[in-house]
Amino acid sequence: MNSQLPNSFRSGPDDRGHFGIFGGRFVAETLMPLILDLEQAYADAKADPAFQREMNGYLKDYVGRPSPLYYAERLTQHLGGAKIYFKREELNHTGSHKVNNVLGQIMVARRMGKKRIIAETGAGQHGVATATLCARFGLECIVFMGAVDVERQQPNVIRMEMLGATVVPVQVGARTLKDAMNEAMRDWVTNVADTFYCIGTVAGPHPYPMMVRDFQSIIGVETKAQMQEVEGRLPDSLVACIGGGSNAMGLFHPFLDDPSVEIFGVEAAGHGLTQLHAASIAGGRAGVLHGNRTYLLMDRDGQIEEGHSISAGLDYPGIGPEHAWLHEMKRVQYLSATDDEALEAFKLLSKLEGIIPALEPAHAIAKVMELAPARPADHLMVVNLSGRGDKDIPQVAEILRKGKG
Amino acid sequence: MTTRIDTRFKALEAEGRAALVTFLMAGDPDLKTSLDIITALPAAGADIIEIGMPFTDPMADGPAIQAAGIRALKAGTTLHKTLDMVAAFRNGDATTPIVLMGYYNPIFIYGVDQFLIDAKQAGVDGLIIVDLPPEEDSELCIPAMRAGLNFIRLATPTTDDKRLPAVLANTSGFVYYVSITGITGSASAKSSDVGAAVARIRRHTKLPVCVGFGIRTPEAARDIARHASGAVVGSALVDALKASLDADGRATPKTVSAVADLVAALAQGVRGAKQAAE
Ligand SMILES: Cc1ncc(COP(=O)(O)O)c(C=O)c1O
Repeated sequence: MNSQLPNSFRSGPDDRGHFGIFGGRFVAETLMPLILDLEQAYADAKADPAFQREMNGYLKDYVGRPSPLYYAERLTQHLGGAKIYFKREELNHTGSHKVNNVLGQIMVARRMGKKRIIAETGAGQHGVATATLCARFGLECIVFMGAVDVERQQPNVIRMEMLGATVVPVQVGARTLKDAMNEAMRDWVTNVADTFYCIGTVAGPHPYPMMVRDFQSIIGVETKAQMQEVEGRLPDSLVACIGGGSNAMGLFHPFLDDPSVEIFGVEAAGHGLTQLHAASIAGGRAGVLHGNRTYLLMDRDGQIEEGHSISAGLDYPGIGPEHAWLHEMKRVQYLSATDDEALEAFKLLSKLEGIIPALEPAHAIAKVMELAPARPADHLMVVNLSGRGDKDIPQVAEILRKGKG
Repeated sequence: MTTRIDTRFKALEAEGRAALVTFLMAGDPDLKTSLDIITALPAAGADIIEIGMPFTDPMADGPAIQAAGIRALKAGTTLHKTLDMVAAFRNGDATTPIVLMGYYNPIFIYGVDQFLIDAKQAGVDGLIIVDLPPEEDSELCIPAMRAGLNFIRLATPTTDDKRLPAVLANTSGFVYYVSITGITGSASAKSSDVGAAVARIRRHTKLPVCVGFGIRTPEAARDIARHASGAVVGSALVDALKASLDADGRATPKTVSAVADLVAALAQGVRGAKQAAE
């Protein structure tokens, strides 16, 4: 139909880390040799059956995979349209999908002989997963977290500290995820010899977007098999929230070459797309930050703007480069949900299904509430329930209390 | 192509001394004061002037230069205004090389081709772009060379002999050796380590090798100048500037002289170096 379309949506990136014009390796020279080493180490690991075997063992017995594919019967009845399934990533050890990626990276770090692990975190889920695996493998762990996020995600800060990690509150900029990533990169440049930077999403310089995607793709691979087992066919649509885009990419990637599957990513629209938000596809354009070219929120002069979202995990002014490409190729549709819509979804899901979701996947649920009723009963829709809401309970309780008072 | 940078290093070689390379942020603390400062630099003893292009997310910079960038952005500095400032400087100084230093995104958004035309016209001689390693040469390095601008590359302690040729391949003007692994304004390297590193780079290139990061005093500048073609001083100047501001971060009558005085002292250090070696 369209001669511009690639033969496959799954063949990227090229050997320079590009997805179309996106991606790349925009880093300081100090980091370049290490990034090339990492690329090699990851390629070696990927080709090593022993690495895969060891990882599969931990995924099963430590993380608790496979995560269930659950038919959300009451939500389906309530919305009166598509048949809705949840991919239950919130049941993983540590409470989100983040652990899939961290396990993989920590095992690569071990192969590279690195003893000091750094990470950035927004909601704290990536930080918790990193702290957990560092505890498990006896590695030093330092987590950079914006001071605002330290406040609003207290339960996760406490968890990280209990796990033996050092949490560094970042006091610059808007003191959220972007600033945490800047500080992590500054630490990395300084301690490059012994430090492994465990990036929490499908962003950063090549090979990170590819490597994190590969580790997260188990979500989609399992979903495909599980759906085949219960329904005997492919799902008709997939929905996932997008911060940097790792839980979404993990679910989407194995389905990209199945044209019958509609795919929806949900960005955070904050107060609304004409106000403060964190929807970089809806409100941004191509630029270069944190090692890659991708869609970013910025002003006319190329200065990066702060994201805003009720959800600390979506509060990032960029998105992984492969998503930017999938958007331009029109393979994935990027929607957005506001803070208020996410809160409504958070409340609805808690009451209807007895599952308190994290505020991040509550954004995905918010769009399911629009997409599902417009589709027939035999339409199979899978939502990535990327994390559980324990970490958000104090914050949401406070918002609801203020709303009433 | 010969740029003002090439000409300046030839002249310094004839004089038998190293260059003092100064770094300050464009528009810090405001555009007018910033122009006054850079205008005062050559007479104070700066041989090459680096001007920072402020960016919201300076991933390789420490607190001092981060804060300078925030002051500059608050004062309304844009890449256009930075180029205007260079043009204004050039009206009164036809020979002192100007190097713009910063991050790629503002240039990418300006538009690479237009930026190169405007920068050349304003009188810019070279570019140092922290987040463009050789792997991304097609973005800006090659077009800049074609436009007659030097693209000055950073070499670091992690740039080993295997990698140096790739780093040097499209470098011109000079090589900027970052003497530590780290961000600006942090630790300083031992002078003996720097000497060895410069010697290593010189085995691969005939280009001048300047050294920066962690040089704060005239003595340190002199030590570096013994080994290298130039000493780059940034955070110390930015700190001196900041110390001269009032409580609201605005320029005072002392601001220009605070920077110029430190530059003069650093220049003495650099100029003393070769005599010490002779
Ligand atoms: C539960 C959960 N979902 C989603 C995200 C967003 O990240 P990503 O878009 O990489 O999946 C986060 C980030 O902290 C998270 O904690």
